[in-house]
Amino acid sequence: MNRILAITRRELISYFSTPLAYVFIVIFLVLTSAFTFYLGNFYERGQADLSAFFSFHPWLYLFLVPAISMRLWAEERKSGSIELLMTLPIEPREAVLGKFLAAWAFIALALILTFPIWVTVNFLGDPDNGVIFAAYLGSLFMAGGFLAIGAFISATTKNQVIAFILSVVACFGFLLAGFSLVLDLFSSWAPQVLVDAIASLSFLTHFSNISKGVIDLRDLVYFSLLIVVFLYANTIILHLRKAD
Amino acid sequence: MIDCQSITKKYAHLVAVNDVSFKVSPGEVLGFLGPNGAGKTTTMRIIAGFVTPTAGRVLVSGFDVESQSMEAKQRIGYLPEGAPSYPEMTPRSFLEFVADVRGLTKGKKLSRLEEVFALLHLEPVLEQTIDTLSKGYKRRVGLAQAILHDPEVLILDEPTDGLDPNQKHEVRGLINQMSKNKIIVISTHLLEEVEAVCSRAIIIAEGQILVDDTPANLESRSRFHNAVSLKLVDPSRMEGVRTAIEALNEVTATEVDANNNRMTAFPAPNKMPLAAISELAIAQGWEFSELHLESGRLDEVFRTITTGENA
Repeated sequence: MNRILAITRRELISYFSTPLAYVFIVIFLVLTSAFTFYLGNFYERGQADLSAFFSFHPWLYLFLVPAISMRLWAEERKSGSIELLMTLPIEPREAVLGKFLAAWAFIALALILTFPIWVTVNFLGDPDNGVIFAAYLGSLFMAGGFLAIGAFISATTKNQVIAFILSVVACFGFLLAGFSLVLDLFSSWAPQVLVDAIASLSFLTHFSNISKGVIDLRDLVYFSLLIVVFLYANTIILHLRKAD
Repeated sequence: MIDCQSITKKYAHLVAVNDVSFKVSPGEVLGFLGPNGAGKTTTMRIIAGFVTPTAGRVLVSGFDVESQSMEAKQRIGYLPEGAPSYPEMTPRSFLEFVADVRGLTKGKKLSRLEEVFALLHLEPVLEQTIDTLSKGYKRRVGLAQAILHDPEVLILDEPTDGLDPNQKHEVRGLINQMSKNKIIVISTHLLEEVEAVCSRAIIIAEGQILVDDTPANLESRSRFHNAVSLKLVDPSRMEGVRTAIEALNEVTATEVDANNNRMTAFPAPNKMPLAAISELAIAQGWEFSELHLESGRLDEVFRTITTGENA
């Protein structure tokens, strides 16, 4: 446990000793606000809720989370520091978990810093804060899902740009898994069971429930399982390809 | 104890390490020598647990590096080639991270950090980010990381690369100082380093061990071993002196370096020509500006062994 925390702490030190952290947070806050007020018509809707805010999260994460995750392993491979990390007495799963927790905590911080919008909606009306809290939680879990996919892809390459692009594509696939854009790729040849299974993987479907304030255990379990599966895959990749 | 048992590492198009076996005991400083691409780094990576061998295994203090990797890694300090670290961190935060991962307790951590800062003279740069440091400081940060937990086994891949002569001297002093009860394996291109720190040398080429011997024995393989080099005060007498020395029983041949007029007299098998040459010089009244006994030249032995040519 101490080793996991040591890695998490080291990662966070690295985030905040480069402009990365500040650039990310500023852009995240600017974009969430812009989307909420301009595209989401926050005022015009005249409703005291934050659905205008949350509905854009999947699309923001699609590009911003891979920007965080792309460096997690690819940078270590590129700079050679992975040789140091993998020869310290750390189990690969501890390293995977430590890095994931750092990136996740960082995204959580960015989410927490959106609190002015919560203050605004409470000032303007009388929203259901339970629903808002649930939506925040769901958003964080969805970000974790994106992050786990991105971390896994980052571990397969030493090129951050490739890691970014592949992660965006993979996340896009998961995001729209329930929509015809993705399903049409499979429906012509795959059995219906598989098509249904793929459709049930959709981030958007799972998130839309949560963002409405309906915390269905199945949705949280879905994101948790997704995180576990991809972190496990990440660990296996590290076992298989420590060097080269 | 490091015990490498017929380790082999194959890549798609080459065999980097081919059935290499050796043991290293506490107190030994083993120098890995070899041309670039000989398999030195791959061998060290296998010992450190970074590269999984295709066949064979490595035991460090009795622990298998692959199947008992945590126990083995706790006992190893490893400086990878090029001393990689995290460039955006400061030496202090980086070494604190290593101490935390290695599970040093709070008091131990502080005292060890102070010790390695002092040993490697890192104090002036502790708060600078590592990417702004000179190559010498980066290397010393890497060394600090390797020795921080006072490991039983030190694997150092080119520990003095990029250091200036004074820093090289200091690092060698440090290795000598630590060598008493540790196992140290270093790789190097610098033959003087082998003489300065190693009690044993392995020459490796194309993934195979060619020689495993002490530096002194290696030197004795040189044709310069026990040869005598001399320079005359009056170089014009060289021809006469050369003929007289070549006539000695103890000497097989002589060579004169035209650049600096230094003559080298090579010994006959199992002979020491120095005494005979001195006596002859006194009898003949030769005046030398330089006269010394060669112990052997490692670079020449190295070339002969790794290229198969006779230097």
